[in-house]
Amino acid sequence: MVLLSILSIPFIAAIILLFVKPNEKANYIAIASTGITLALALNIAFNGAANFDASWIPSINARFVLTADGLSKILLLLTGISFPAIFIATSKNEIKNRAQFLSLMLFTQTGLLGVFLAGDALLFYFFWELALIPVYFLCSIWGGEKRVAVTFKFFIYTFLGSLFMLIGIILVYTHTADQSFAIQAFKQATLSSGQQLTAFALFFTAFAIKMPIFPLHTWQPDAYEQSPTAVTMVLSAVMVKMGLYGVMRWLMPLFPDAFSAHSNFVVTLSVIGILYASFIAIRQDDMKRLIAYSSIAHIGLMSAALFTNTQIGVQGVLIQLFSHGINVLGLWVIADIIEQQTGARSLKEMGGLAKQNPTLAILLVGFAFANIALPLTNAFVGEFLMFNSLFQFNPWIAAAAGISVVLAAIYTLNMVQKCAYGEVSEKMNKMQSPNVPAQFVLIVLLVVVIISGVYPAPLFNLTSDTLQQLFIK
Amino acid sequence: MNAIIASAFLGVIMMFASWIFDNEQTHTRIALAGLLALIVANVLQLNGIYTIPVDYKGLLSFTQFGLYVNTILFILTFLYVWLNGDEIAKIGNHAADFYALFFFVLCGASILTSFNNLLMLFIGIEILSIPLYILTGSDKKNLNSNEAALKYFLMGAFSTGIFLLGITFIYGATGTFQLLNPSVNPATGMVREQLMQSAGLILIFVSFNFKVSAAPFHFWTPDVYDGAPTVFTSFMATIVKATAIIAFVVLFHSQFKALGYAWELLLTFVLISTLFVGNITAVFQRSVKRMLAYSSIAQVGFMLFALYGPNNFANEGILLYIMAYSIASIGLFGVLIKMKDYSFEAFNGLAKKEPLLAGMTTLFLMSLAGIPLTGGFFAKYYMLNAAVQSGIGLWLVVVAILFAAISIYYYFKLIQAMYFSEGEPAIHEMEQSYKYKLLVFAILILGLGILPNVFLSYLYF
Repeated sequence: MVLLSILSIPFIAAIILLFVKPNEKANYIAIASTGITLALALNIAFNGAANFDASWIPSINARFVLTADGLSKILLLLTGISFPAIFIATSKNEIKNRAQFLSLMLFTQTGLLGVFLAGDALLFYFFWELALIPVYFLCSIWGGEKRVAVTFKFFIYTFLGSLFMLIGIILVYTHTADQSFAIQAFKQATLSSGQQLTAFALFFTAFAIKMPIFPLHTWQPDAYEQSPTAVTMVLSAVMVKMGLYGVMRWLMPLFPDAFSAHSNFVVTLSVIGILYASFIAIRQDDMKRLIAYSSIAHIGLMSAALFTNTQIGVQGVLIQLFSHGINVLGLWVIADIIEQQTGARSLKEMGGLAKQNPTLAILLVGFAFANIALPLTNAFVGEFLMFNSLFQFNPWIAAAAGISVVLAAIYTLNMVQKCAYGEVSEKMNKMQSPNVPAQFVLIVLLVVVIISGVYPAPLFNLTSDTLQQLFIK
Repeated sequence: MNAIIASAFLGVIMMFASWIFDNEQTHTRIALAGLLALIVANVLQLNGIYTIPVDYKGLLSFTQFGLYVNTILFILTFLYVWLNGDEIAKIGNHAADFYALFFFVLCGASILTSFNNLLMLFIGIEILSIPLYILTGSDKKNLNSNEAALKYFLMGAFSTGIFLLGITFIYGATGTFQLLNPSVNPATGMVREQLMQSAGLILIFVSFNFKVSAAPFHFWTPDVYDGAPTVFTSFMATIVKATAIIAFVVLFHSQFKALGYAWELLLTFVLISTLFVGNITAVFQRSVKRMLAYSSIAQVGFMLFALYGPNNFANEGILLYIMAYSIASIGLFGVLIKMKDYSFEAFNGLAKKEPLLAGMTTLFLMSLAGIPLTGGFFAKYYMLNAAVQSGIGLWLVVVAILFAAISIYYYFKLIQAMYFSEGEPAIHEMEQSYKYKLLVFAILILGLGILPNVFLSYLYF
């Protein structure tokens, strides 16, 4: 029942918000509902939860099954933390029709939670799409100047990908023993090697677009730039994890042969993507685009480590799923504060943040360190494991991917330098009194960064069962 | 049997209603009451409680499936009249005349869901079609309407000729009009008879493609749908089309299934060209009404997947499809009727002025596009699953998916106009109750999208 309630709370709150007029009250409702969701997520993560299983469409044997293992739990935690953080951090931003905005955000949260909990392929697909539709409206209504075209590109891209996954689901479904969508039945489906390959390709396309893996990433930087910041935060902190989650939940256990047969191909693509994104990030002048490309590079590393198909790599990814979300969220919140208060997005227009708002500058440095994965930050743990797995897989590929660490240091520190230090620029002069709620969020996030960097054991414990399922048969 | 007799009888009653009552609202009320009676009569037979005893000499066979389709069609017609009664009254002199025609259409429809004989099929199609020619031309003073009616009539007559020729060939080969008799066995039958049967089959196939407006036999559709009064376009594009496709599927699932070698390749060709023509042409339309005409062609492309059956997915799927498609389309046409201008620009800024109306329109469009949480998703899903299960190449499914992605483009163009473009929507004043009526359609679409089972379970009683 806990699993059902964590799904229904954001959903109910979203529906209530549709009918609420005053904008102030909307904020409280949204924050309260995400607070409850966070509490439930913590409860599920550390106390466990029984599966929820109900009949849905009996004639085709589709069931409404929710389950939570380590992989789900860590993403529940991330989703649980992200949404209240985003709502609090952007509570001072000016948003037209805030109630509707928050309502759509909560529908997105429902979709995301559903994706991470679904134990039935059709249900999974259902939520997968459900998470996308509200984002389409969020970006197209509240986004930047080119929002309609950019969002449409993003929408068509991901929608096409998920349609391919739908064919994959149908293909596997017709080969299950008892004609059901349950994940256990899917694992035992008898597919010939040719069918396995086809199904692998169909599922992979959907996940690769969502992550995104080079060369399917072209929708991402534009979408991040044009979306309203709160949505960008959801996209980059949580939504991209849907792709990685899909790989771990469906691709790896369902098609083990096709998976290992393609590991070379996908790892190579991912590493190309890492380097490509890092080099572009170095040349970026726009802070939001820089963070977007940096995020592509990090996700690329995660997908590379995943496809090495080694236990250590997957362990790294499981930790990094959470850490990357927290770090990128921190960077976006800082970029948003600066943009809201000064209107500056170009690094050229920035400078002197340390003089204007020392606390924010310190926080920026903290998250920048996490972004480069310095020891003592959370990202170090995951990235260390992931590079380790890449080295086991192929030292040359590990060396190529290793360049990205240097590149990450270059672009991140460059950003810190141009933004925080130097003369106070014209635009930075406009910096007003600190944005208290946002800075409070940043401090909390930074505490999470450091704690999980110094003492990551709880995260390891949380995900051990997933690892066992995947590697110890 | 109940439905066939009752609908014909009610049609005659409606003809006289315009003599007796002058008030058009009364006509609508009588029609609604008649439709309710029709639903009740049909449900009585569906549940085996009472059937008017008629010896039909094996010409008809009433299956659970056929009777359930009747129920769906009658309920859809009821909802349609309930929503559009006032609009129908605005056209012509007496609304009752149109309602009479509707009942005759439904009479044809109930024959088409229970034929067991090619001649009955022919009669059903004719009873269904002739009222449509009149409905198309009912806007007497509008040249477009006249042109559309003439075009429709000529094309319809032509396809009827082809259909009769096909029946003749089949009769020549097998010596019977009955459906369930074993057809000529390809292994033992004489070559000449096999050829005749295949030729007849292909002729029938072609003429059905005319009726359901599948490419390359679709050319009449956009002009007729565009020229006819919008209320009647709504009726023709949904309920009538659904009936035709059901008859098509039932016919080719029966005896002709064994002769698949003769028509399955053709079907694949028709299916792909229908998807291609419907989707690609819809992209370039400037008028929403014409876009919907082409989109209805594209939707037929998906419905044709059911022909690859028969399996559970095909049978249930085609029912879901006609429900989801008809409800969404009737809803969309219901919105369109209230627009002063049918261009995409007319919808600009609708979301600001009429948030509820825009929200429901969005829901209908998403259902047509096949996005989860709406009935259209399960409809498309069942169709694709039917196709995969019947063992046709996966490539065909991938092709269909690519076209489904293209359809997003033109459906969402309307959503973009409503939500993201500034402007003053050109919309007629409407009563609050009209919106609530539309809300029922929206709720049905959501219901189909979340619990499709509820709507199908009746099949198995």
